Amino acid sequence: MNAERAARMLVVAVGLGVPLAVLLPRWPGLNSASSRTIEIHARMADDGGWIPRELTAVVGEPLQLHLASDDVMHGFAVGHMDLAPVDVKPGEVTRMTITFHRPGKYVFYCTRWCGLNHWRMRGTIEVGGTAATADDEPTEPLYMSLGLDLDAPHSAEVIPERAPSATHAATLGASLPHRYLTQGYYRTHSPSETWRSLRAEPVTLRLTDMEVWDLAASVWQSNTSRQIVELGNRLYATNCAACHGEAGAGDGVMAAVLASDAPTEFGHGLRSPADFTERERMLGANPALLQGKVIRGGMGTGMPNWGPILTDSQTWAVVDFLWTFQFVERDSAMRQPTQ
Amino acid sequence: MRQYDLTRIPLIKRTLRSRWPQLVMTAIALSGFVLAILAGLAGTPVGSRNFGTIIVWIAWWAVLMLLAVPLFGRGWCSICPIPAPGDWLQRGAVLTPRGRGLGLGRRWPRTIRNMWVQNAVFALLVLFSLVILTQPLVSALVLLTVFLAATVTSLIFERRSFCRYLCPVGGFIGLYSQLAPVELRVKDKAVCARHRPKTCYTGSAAGYGCPWQVYPGALEKNTYCGLCLECVRTCPHDNIALNWRRFGADLLQPRGRRLDEAFKAFIMLGSAIVYAAVMLGPWSTLKSAAYAVGSGTWLTYGLAFLTFVFVVLPATFFLAVYTGRLLARSRVPMRRAFIHFTYALLPLGLAAWIAFSLAFVFTNLSYVWPVLSDPMGWGWNLLGTAGRSWTPYLTSVVPLLQVGVLLGGLIWASVTARRIAEENGPHGLAARQALPVMTFCLVVTLGLLELLVG
Repeated sequence: MNAERAARMLVVAVGLGVPLAVLLPRWPGLNSASSRTIEIHARMADDGGWIPRELTAVVGEPLQLHLASDDVMHGFAVGHMDLAPVDVKPGEVTRMTITFHRPGKYVFYCTRWCGLNHWRMRGTIEVGGTAATADDEPTEPLYMSLGLDLDAPHSAEVIPERAPSATHAATLGASLPHRYLTQGYYRTHSPSETWRSLRAEPVTLRLTDMEVWDLAASVWQSNTSRQIVELGNRLYATNCAACHGEAGAGDGVMAAVLASDAPTEFGHGLRSPADFTERERMLGANPALLQGKVIRGGMGTGMPNWGPILTDSQTWAVVDFLWTFQFVERDSAMRQPTQ
Repeated sequence: MRQYDLTRIPLIKRTLRSRWPQLVMTAIALSGFVLAILAGLAGTPVGSRNFGTIIVWIAWWAVLMLLAVPLFGRGWCSICPIPAPGDWLQRGAVLTPRGRGLGLGRRWPRTIRNMWVQNAVFALLVLFSLVILTQPLVSALVLLTVFLAATVTSLIFERRSFCRYLCPVGGFIGLYSQLAPVELRVKDKAVCARHRPKTCYTGSAAGYGCPWQVYPGALEKNTYCGLCLECVRTCPHDNIALNWRRFGADLLQPRGRRLDEAFKAFIMLGSAIVYAAVMLGPWSTLKSAAYAVGSGTWLTYGLAFLTFVFVVLPATFFLAVYTGRLLARSRVPMRRAFIHFTYALLPLGLAAWIAFSLAFVFTNLSYVWPVLSDPMGWGWNLLGTAGRSWTPYLTSVVPLLQVGVLLGGLIWASVTARRIAEENGPHGLAARQALPVMTFCLVVTLGLLELLVG
């Protein structure tokens, strides 16, 4: 063979052939083996979030994901799925397989506080096919069936001089009428409304206003449990505390940035996170209203919508937990330290 | 024996004359270069997991600064893949010497036939270096730009004008190649003088005229000899030797000392000091400033860097040389003394770079194994090494090596300063003249010891 020709072949084969031979067979999308696996890159929301952010899957067919972070540590979880979140570390590939049992649109999201717009790191998985098991008919959220205006002011007309205590209520010997103790009543009435109704009840005639507030707190306590509040506490710590603060005072690490007037990629006018320790506002809200705010989000205030992520029971657990910022039991019986 | 001609060994001679070994190594280097660019463009943006950043700035840098430059001078240039495609286009051939290929073959402009452009490009790269070193995409774009610049230059200008006058890496390799124990020289200058065709410069059927635009018969320093070995092939009288010599033989050659090379020495020494402070020092604000390209703090950092290497270091050194002249009552013109004594900084500068590279390389070398198995950072495990975790190597030995290298550099620089002083005056006065320069070297060495070893 002509030496020049051999040399040219050598250059092409080694100089270009070797790199291409290494890369091409494994290049995403160029072969059938890799196309069944989806590579997802995680970047902070301002740098693109999840790439890609729209996936498709079929009921019953395992979806294999290779997750890698391109910047800081992220986490990956899918809303409305009983699936433990996984960490997605910079430069490392985390593999996971998900099998869906129901069709629908699922939301995957970041579970690590990766930056100011962490909660905007979301993507969707469109799952096609037929449900493997008989599907429960999805129910309308309570706040929708009640037709509540989530943005209407809800200040309490009267507020107590101190934090109401369900524990203290138990010592009063007052027996509440049964209707106050039902879940239906609890979820549709604010503590302020409960207090007003209780104040008019004959059983509270001999009680002070503050003692009636304690009874209102006992309405909440009788409609929840330690387990539910603990679950709400965990969910709050993971998803809410960065903005609303660990003590619910609206002073989380991200609060200062949200409160500033500085323009963000997502516009001006983000408001300070709600202060759950503020009596006037909280005691005027009923649980259904809080449920609505959690599910729908703040619509431009910076509060994300948790409807696609939290299940119905998880949402109610968060709502139940929020009352621990108003009622004194939060520091004793009901509230446990989070891990 | 002051030197030994390696071409006396028949195997070495045959290897050097053959074009194949060089071509094979260039092709392998080209393979890595292409992979590095592809990985940078399409692979993970995480620098520590990308083949491009790790192989180029850690593995290649380690080979270059710890082995190639100290031992082989411009050895890397002889197999560098960056100008190779431009060379092949220009020649119309990859291996066999032929007639002309593509290209205009213009001469490089006379006004910039020096190192100043290389100095400017290198200083510019240093300003952006923290981003270039850590961000694969930026790294790949820089490599691609350098590659395109080399190719376009080859198509416009004659021979290897890019390597000689533009390449930012080639500039400092050339400067420090004066210290290497390898040199390509003619065996007998009289033979060259009698040889009228000068095929070593003009080329022949056996090979190309010197791509580096150097006439081997007049070669006295390594600086601009790219060790491409064309003259070994084109000399019909077998008059080219590849000598193994003592380290730093070129330093004591007074001819050919130039201001552009002197400033290259300041830029290199200053950059080593700044890199040691920014990358290995405890000042996070300094590192943040160097990383925040385009910000106000970065501009301040850049201005401080340029002032340091182009003003503070040269001015301080100027003062040292001036003081030496006064002490020795020397009549050597100040400009000449300044330029000549600057060559004493070459051993110090190389020692500084080796000391810096020892820490930088051995701290980060373990990143190489994962990227060999997973060059794009996409979760592959081609060689079974993807899971190897980061482990600094030789942590207890590196500081000792750094101290040894820096002290060795200081001694070498001091001896060189003394020998340069002896070129201009009697023995006793030479010591006086060299003393301030030695003091300058001592202060720089102490500073580097503090920065690197603590």
